[in-house]
Amino acid sequence: MGCVEALNYEILIRNVSFKESREYIRSNFPESIDVEPGFKIFDVHTIGVPPIAIGLDGDFVIFPYTKPCHGTFLLRVQDAEEAARLRALKKKAR
Amino acid sequence: MESDTVTQSQKTALLVLGCPQVPLQTSIALYLVNRFKKAGITPVVAGNKAANTLLVVADPDRHYLGEVMDLDRAVAQITEKKRDFDRCFVFIHNDAGISYAATMGAISKAKLYVLVYGEHEEDLVPQIDFPCTKIAAKAVHNPLPLKKAIDEVAPWAA
Repeated sequence: MGCVEALNYEILIRNVSFKESREYIRSNFPESIDVEPGFKIFDVHTIGVPPIAIGLDGDFVIFPYTKPCHGTFLLRVQDAEEAARLRALKKKAR
Repeated sequence: MESDTVTQSQKTALLVLGCPQVPLQTSIALYLVNRFKKAGITPVVAGNKAANTLLVVADPDRHYLGEVMDLDRAVAQITEKKRDFDRCFVFIHNDAGISYAATMGAISKAKLYVLVYGEHEEDLVPQIDFPCTKIAAKAVHNPLPLKKAIDEVAPWAA
């Protein structure tokens, strides 16, 4: 089980809906990849209504993180390896 | 000669708790746990620390509750195919609840039920467009409207 606290993250926006999260990522970052709920990013299983958009901006990965009492946060984490893994998945899906 | 004995595993139901800020959740969760146990279905509760603690403190001798687990752990175990359930009930009174319900619908093979309640019940129900059985009531403090809606569906008998 993963813990988001282990990541060096920046909160971009907080307490958004799943729809707002998807739209924000698609319209504010140069690249995005759609994943299904449960998809593991870093060591965290994503929660949301499919498709869940993950943003890519250089070495940064932007992804939604949902908690029952606090709604959805958009987190940005710099990790070249994870960004490369996601880009490879996107290429494979084409 | 080989034995013809077939071991039938007991049916299971996962209750996915939302934020406990709406009072009726704890009451309805205990009600469902009791109904499932009486029907021979093993209930498992998954929630965040506050939601789980409200239940555990209310039932110290575990007359009703069985297994109680961390919500993130439940999601991880189901996603990683280490565990699954026959039925799944997700408590929804906010947008995050819809996200958890959609996630359970995607990662689990369980028959999915959503329990929608709270101040925003009428706004939330139309947003649930994935396959599930919707049980909804405009109720916040008094659990009876939601209990009545649940009794009409009788998910322990399905």
